[in-house]
Amino acid sequence: MKYDQARWTRDDEDVYEPLLSEKDETTVEIGGGSGDDADAASSDADSPLPDDLTRDELTLPELSEPELARHYTRLSQMTYGVDSGPYPLGSCTMKYNPKFTEDVAALADAAVHPDRPERRQQGTLELLYRLQDYLGRIGGMDAVSLQPPAGAAGEFAGILVARAYHEHNGESHRDEVIVPESAHGTNFASAALAGYDVVELPGGEDGRVDLDALEGALSENTAALMLTNPNTLGLFERDIEEIAEAVHDVGGLLYYDGANLNALLGRARPGDMGFDIMHYNVHKTFATPHGGGGPGAGPIGVAEKLAPFLPAPRVRPDEMGYERFEPEHSVGKVHGFDGNWLVLVKAYAYIARLGDDGLADASAKAVLNANYLAEQIDLEVPYGPFHHEFVASASDRDAAEVAKRMLDFGVHPPTTKWPEIVPEALMTEPTEVESKDSLDQLAAAFDAVTGEDADAAADAPQRTAARRIDQTAAARNLRLSWQSLDEE
Amino acid sequence: MPLAATNGRDRRSQQAAGDGGPPVTRESAREAGSPYAPHGDSETAAMLSAVGVDSAEELFDVPESVGFDGEFGIDARGEREIREELRSMLGRNDDLVELLGRGHYDHYVPSLVDHISQRSEFLTSYTQYQPEIAQGFLQVLFEYQSLFVELTGLEIVNCSMYDAATALGEAATLADRVRSASGHRVLVPDHLRDERRDVLENYVSGTDLTVESFSMDDGNVDLAALDDLLDDDAVMVYAETPTVRGAIEEGLGDVADLTHENDALFCLGSDPIALSLLEEPASVGADVVVGDASALGLPASYGMGLGLFATREEYVRQVPGRLVGASDDAGGRRAYTLTLQTREQHIRKERATSNICTNQAWVALRTAIHAAWLGPSGLVEEAERAVEQAQELAARLDAVSGVEAPVHDRHHFREFVARTGSPAAEVASDLADRGFAVHAVDDDLVQVCATDHDEATLDEFVAAFEEVLS
Repeated sequence: MKYDQARWTRDDEDVYEPLLSEKDETTVEIGGGSGDDADAASSDADSPLPDDLTRDELTLPELSEPELARHYTRLSQMTYGVDSGPYPLGSCTMKYNPKFTEDVAALADAAVHPDRPERRQQGTLELLYRLQDYLGRIGGMDAVSLQPPAGAAGEFAGILVARAYHEHNGESHRDEVIVPESAHGTNFASAALAGYDVVELPGGEDGRVDLDALEGALSENTAALMLTNPNTLGLFERDIEEIAEAVHDVGGLLYYDGANLNALLGRARPGDMGFDIMHYNVHKTFATPHGGGGPGAGPIGVAEKLAPFLPAPRVRPDEMGYERFEPEHSVGKVHGFDGNWLVLVKAYAYIARLGDDGLADASAKAVLNANYLAEQIDLEVPYGPFHHEFVASASDRDAAEVAKRMLDFGVHPPTTKWPEIVPEALMTEPTEVESKDSLDQLAAAFDAVTGEDADAAADAPQRTAARRIDQTAAARNLRLSWQSLDEE
Repeated sequence: MPLAATNGRDRRSQQAAGDGGPPVTRESAREAGSPYAPHGDSETAAMLSAVGVDSAEELFDVPESVGFDGEFGIDARGEREIREELRSMLGRNDDLVELLGRGHYDHYVPSLVDHISQRSEFLTSYTQYQPEIAQGFLQVLFEYQSLFVELTGLEIVNCSMYDAATALGEAATLADRVRSASGHRVLVPDHLRDERRDVLENYVSGTDLTVESFSMDDGNVDLAALDDLLDDDAVMVYAETPTVRGAIEEGLGDVADLTHENDALFCLGSDPIALSLLEEPASVGADVVVGDASALGLPASYGMGLGLFATREEYVRQVPGRLVGASDDAGGRRAYTLTLQTREQHIRKERATSNICTNQAWVALRTAIHAAWLGPSGLVEEAERAVEQAQELAARLDAVSGVEAPVHDRHHFREFVARTGSPAAEVASDLADRGFAVHAVDDDLVQVCATDHDEATLDEFVAAFEEVLS
C-alpha cells in the first residue's frame, strides 16, 4: 500500500496552508480609541464599558465562512486519523469510533447545564447512573465515579482515594507509591502530584513483576502499587494473586491502570484479581474518539471499602428517580463540574451496542489481531505470550527512523522507543478493528521498511504533507504563536 | 463467547455461497460479536491457523483462578434502538430555558464548528507524536495558541487543560515551582465556585500549599482585605473577571501590584469572550491566565469544558501540558510540531510539570474555529452584548417590586445576582415550574445569566419573575 497525503503549499512563501493570520489581520478598536488608524477596519465608539475597563483594540483574522471552511478542510486533509488507515499506536487503543455515538451525544436534550435543579435533569442522571453500573460490572468494581476527565485524572483521583482511605484509618505515614519501571509515565506523575514518593520497581527477566523485587519494595510505608495488566509489553501478570496478597499484607492498596483493559473484556476483571481501585480509559476501551489528543474520560471504580472516599457527586436512584450525593468521606472534586459528559454519552452508547458478546468479541479479535500481526512481520518480539499489543524490537535499526519511513506506506507507525526494556521498541496495538487484509498491508509496511537499507529512512517521510521536521530547532528557537513568527 | 473458527459470522462467504438462507444483516449479526470487528469466518480461520491455535481463547494467558465467565448482564442493542433509548431517556431532562452560568456558558455555536470538527481526520486522530502526518491538527492548535496570545497578551499558551478548575490547580503548582523563595499560601476570592476551589485544594494537596480566601467589597476584590492577608509567604493570588457572580473587576492593576510587592504570582481567571473586550491581562500585570475557553466552541455540555492556560515566557519550561511550536521541515517549509516535551510525564515521569496526557484538543479545535468565525468584530460584539444584556435584564428585574438587581454596584458580564426578599431556593423552584432555570446562590440571592436568549424569551422570563414574586 502506498500513500500520498494531501499537501497544500504556498511555495512562494515556503509554507503549507498559510496561517489564518497570514490571510487577514484586522484591528478592531474599542471604546475611545483614536479612530484615526488607517488600518483599523472598524472602530467602536459605543462601548458599554468605561475605557479604563476595556482593552484598546483587538487584532485577529476577519475571514468569511467559505474561506474558513476551505482552510480547515485543507488542514483536516493534512491530518491522519483512524478513519484514514491503520493506527497501531501501542498503549493508545486507536479503535474505530462508531459514527452513531456522535449523533446521540449531539441530541438536544443532552445539552443541559449541570446547575439546573436535580429534578429537572433526570435523563442525564439516569444515563450517568447506568454508565456507573455498566462500568462497575465490566471492571468487577463495587462503586464508580465518572468525574475524572482523562486517564491521568483518573489516576490522580484514585490515588487521592487511596490517600484518604489511609488517612481515615490513621495511617498517614504511608508515603510511598510503587510503580513498575515499564509503567505509563502518568502513573509516576499522578502519584507525585498527590504528594507521594514514587518507588520504581525494576522489571523481572520475563518482563513481568519480579515478586522478590516487589517484596523488597513493599513496606509499612506503602500506600499503593499501581499496575497495568496486561502490562505495557502486553503480558498478563500471571502472579497477580500473589502480588495482590503481598500488597494487601503490608496494608497497601492495589491500583489498576485501565489503559490495557481492551485485552481482557469478558475474560478477567480487575476487581476479581484483587485490585482495589481502577480507572477506565473510555477513549481507548470504549471507542470514544481521541480528538487529536482528547477529550477522553477516566472514570474510576473501587471496592466497597473505598466507596465512601470517591469524588463527589455520584448518582444513585431515589424514590423519585435519581439523585446526586456526596460520598461520606469524599475526596471532593478533580473536575470543576462532572467531567467530560459528551464523552461519557458516547461510551454508554458503545457499551450498549456491543453488550456482553460484543465486548468479549472485541477483546478476542484485538488479541488475535496482535498475535497475527506479530506472526507476519520479520521482527523479533522478545516477550510473550502477549495479548492485545506486542513490543517488537527494531534491533540494529533506530525505531524512530523506522517509524518515519512507515509513514510513507499509508499507516500510522507504532509507539517508538518505549517501553525501554525492549531495545529500539516498536510498541504495536492494532486493535480489533483491522481486517486481515489491513493487517497484511500493515505487515508489508513493517517488512518493506525493515528489509530495506537503513539509508532509505534518512529522507523519510516523503509522502506525508510535511517532510521530516526539525525537532531540535523547534525547541531551540521557540516560536509558539503567529505573533512570535512576526518577531523574526 | 468462545471464538472458534467455525463459530461466528462471515457475511462475505455466505453471500458468495448464495445458499438461499436468510441474509445476514448487520443487526442480526451482532449476537455473534462486535459489529466493529470486520473479520469473517474464513479470515478468522486463516489468522488462527497462522498463529497456530484453534481458538482465540488459547491466546489469553489468564489463570483460571482469576478468569471471568463474560456475563456482565449487558444486552446488546442495535444502533437505532440505542438512539431511541437515549432520545427517550434524555427527554426526561425537562424542557427548561436555562438562565444559568457560574462558569459554564451556553453561547450559540455556528454550524461550521460542528461540521468541521466532525471531519473524521480531526476527530479520529490522536496526539501528534508523528508531526509530519499531523500538520493540519498541529496548525489548528498553533492557531489556537496564537488566538489566546492575542487575547491575554501573554507569550505562552498551552494547547489545553481539562477545564478552568484544573487549570487553576496547575497554575498554583506552577507558582510553587517558579517562586525563588518557598511559600505556603494561595489566596483566592471569597466569591468563587465551591467546586473550583475544591479542585484547587486537591491539586495543591501534594504540596505544602494551603488555600485561603480574601473577602469581597461589593462584588469586587476587597483590596484592603487582600493587603492585610498578603505577606511573603503567599505564592499566588487568584482573581476572576468577570467574577463567578458576573461582576467585572475594577481594580485588577491594584491586585497585581499588591501581589507583586509580595513576590507572588498573579493568576487571573476569565474566558475568551470576556477577554475580547476587557482589559488585556498582561497589561494589568497577570502572570498566568486560566479559564474556561469552551465558552466558545461548546454549547451547554453538562460542565464539560476546555482549560485555558497562558503565562509569561520566562515560565515556559515550567508550563504543564502540550505546546505546539513552529519549525522547518527537510523541504525548507515551515512546519509544526509538539515541542519542549521533556517537561511532560512520558519523558520526565514523577518530575514532570504535570500528570496530564490526554487533554481537550478537539474542544480547542472547536474553540479556535468558533473564534475565527466570529472574527475580532464578532468577538467584540458578542462581549458587548454580554455587558448590555446583563445590564438591561438587571434593570428590568430591579423594576419588580421588592427586587434589587444587580446587588453589586458594578458592571456585569452575562450574569448578576439579585435579592428578591423571598428565599432564593423557593424563587428558583417557582421559576423552574414556569420553565426557567436560575441559580440559587445562597439563602436570599438568585443569579441570572443571559447569553443568546432572544427578546421574547427574556420578556417571558421577566413576566414569570414578576408572577413568582407577586
